[in-house]
Amino acid sequence: MKDTSALALQRLSHVYVGDKGASLAVEDIDLSVAKGEFVSLVGPSGCGKTTLLSLMAGLFPPTAGKVLLGGEPVKGPTPKVGYMLQQDYLFPWRSIRDNAAIGLEIQGSKSKASMKRVDEWLKELGLEGLGGRFPHELSGGMRQRVALARTMVTEPEVLLLDEPFSALDLHIKMQLEDVVVETLRKLGKTAVLVTHDLSEAAAMSDRVIVLGKNPGHIRKEIKVPDEIKSADPITARKLPGFQVLFEELWAELNAVDRKEGGGDA
Amino acid sequence: MREEQNVVQQERQKLINGLYASHKRRMRKISGAALATQLAILLLFIGLWEAAGRNRWIDPLLFSYPSKLFDQLWTSMTDGTLWPHVGTTVLETIVGFVLGTAVGTIIAAALWWFPFLSRVLDPYLVVLNSMPKVALGPIFIVGLGPGFSSIVAITLMVTVIITTINIYNRFREIDSGYIKVVRLFGANRLQLFRLVILPGSFPVIISTLKVNVGLAWIGVIVGEFLVAKIGLGYQIIYGFQVFNFTLVLSSLVVIAVVATVMYQLVSALERKLTEGWRER
Repeated sequence: MKDTSALALQRLSHVYVGDKGASLAVEDIDLSVAKGEFVSLVGPSGCGKTTLLSLMAGLFPPTAGKVLLGGEPVKGPTPKVGYMLQQDYLFPWRSIRDNAAIGLEIQGSKSKASMKRVDEWLKELGLEGLGGRFPHELSGGMRQRVALARTMVTEPEVLLLDEPFSALDLHIKMQLEDVVVETLRKLGKTAVLVTHDLSEAAAMSDRVIVLGKNPGHIRKEIKVPDEIKSADPITARKLPGFQVLFEELWAELNAVDRKEGGGDA
Repeated sequence: MREEQNVVQQERQKLINGLYASHKRRMRKISGAALATQLAILLLFIGLWEAAGRNRWIDPLLFSYPSKLFDQLWTSMTDGTLWPHVGTTVLETIVGFVLGTAVGTIIAAALWWFPFLSRVLDPYLVVLNSMPKVALGPIFIVGLGPGFSSIVAITLMVTVIITTINIYNRFREIDSGYIKVVRLFGANRLQLFRLVILPGSFPVIISTLKVNVGLAWIGVIVGEFLVAKIGLGYQIIYGFQVFNFTLVLSSLVVIAVVATVMYQLVSALERKLTEGWRER
């Protein structure tokens, strides 16, 4: 199979080995994400969502199967992939500007020109004039914007979002969802979002993948209707088809729980 | 209408300012009272001591009394005999705690870099840490000769193990999220250390420096007890040998003053270096 997608997982399985034994986290995952597509992964705790993201990022090699990035196998973290974590993890001893530039510094591409890009990104995300401040002076939403800027300045092709909005207030969260979707669409970037929040998944993505657990596997793939896809997340939530989509996801997740008897997830 | 709004605005501002001013007044009053009480305790203590010594409630040979101490200090300060002692001890202490912190940090970095090494050395560190390090004094004195280097060696011994343990523990406690951030950008181990582990441990390193100021004083004074021909510890031991307890106690007063000044300087350094740096 010739794969032209931006990101592809082929027969991917991963086993965690620790002091207490080995456990199968995900099994036989096949997934392909087209360039410019936005895919969400939802599922109960312990279905291996974050494991999948880590494998895509090349943080550790899979036990079996392949991760392909633009057709090339992933061997480790690469500048082509950007990652946003659940918390902002800004370094408290670095100014906002230096925080946003840390990727450049690590990749050895910090220069006058690239620092200008940092400033442009900060401006783009509504953080103009805050570059000299320190993280503790900013609100949670602003800090997560800085984290987004930090991810975007290294110009990744694929963005992996590991519940980046879950620690924020609803209002800020919806604003940021809009910012992210708008930014990615404008630049034609590919994204994979992991989330617990079904309405977030439905409002932001082109496609939602529902995962089952023990071990993690793909249960169902739900395509988001075009009118919801093309709207920005805040508008999408108000569209008539949204509730239907939400119910469908909800039913699917409930089915996961019933079938696998993990009601406490 | 506008006028009315302005008045409301002014009234509100006045109320807020008034509340803030009264809060500040109350706080100042508490600070003032605390300071006054502290001074009163000090003066009372000195006064009681003086009275007790002069009236022979306590043995003045053993406990001396403040005016005698002051005489002793004043004479040694004006004829210049005190300063070489202070200078030597202060130098030994500074070299001791700076070196102890630096060497401890370097060992901690080595342990972090080579996890196998840390695994192997763990029990030895525990044993060394629970041992009274000053007991090694005689070995250093014979090995390095009596004087500056063996005193610094004793001080180093006192500070270095606990520094290593504290800083290494901090290295390992750095939130894995920060490590993930730089690893995702493809950072190598050196970059990880330089960008995350070391700066993230900075406050702990500085506070260890502060703890080491106290420990270094112990090392230096014990070292001087054992070998020195000069220094405040030497003065204490000399005063003891010739039964001049005024000299012993006045040396203690000097140590208290100098140690406090040193501690405050390191605290000021800490505040300066960790400015803007605040845990969330």
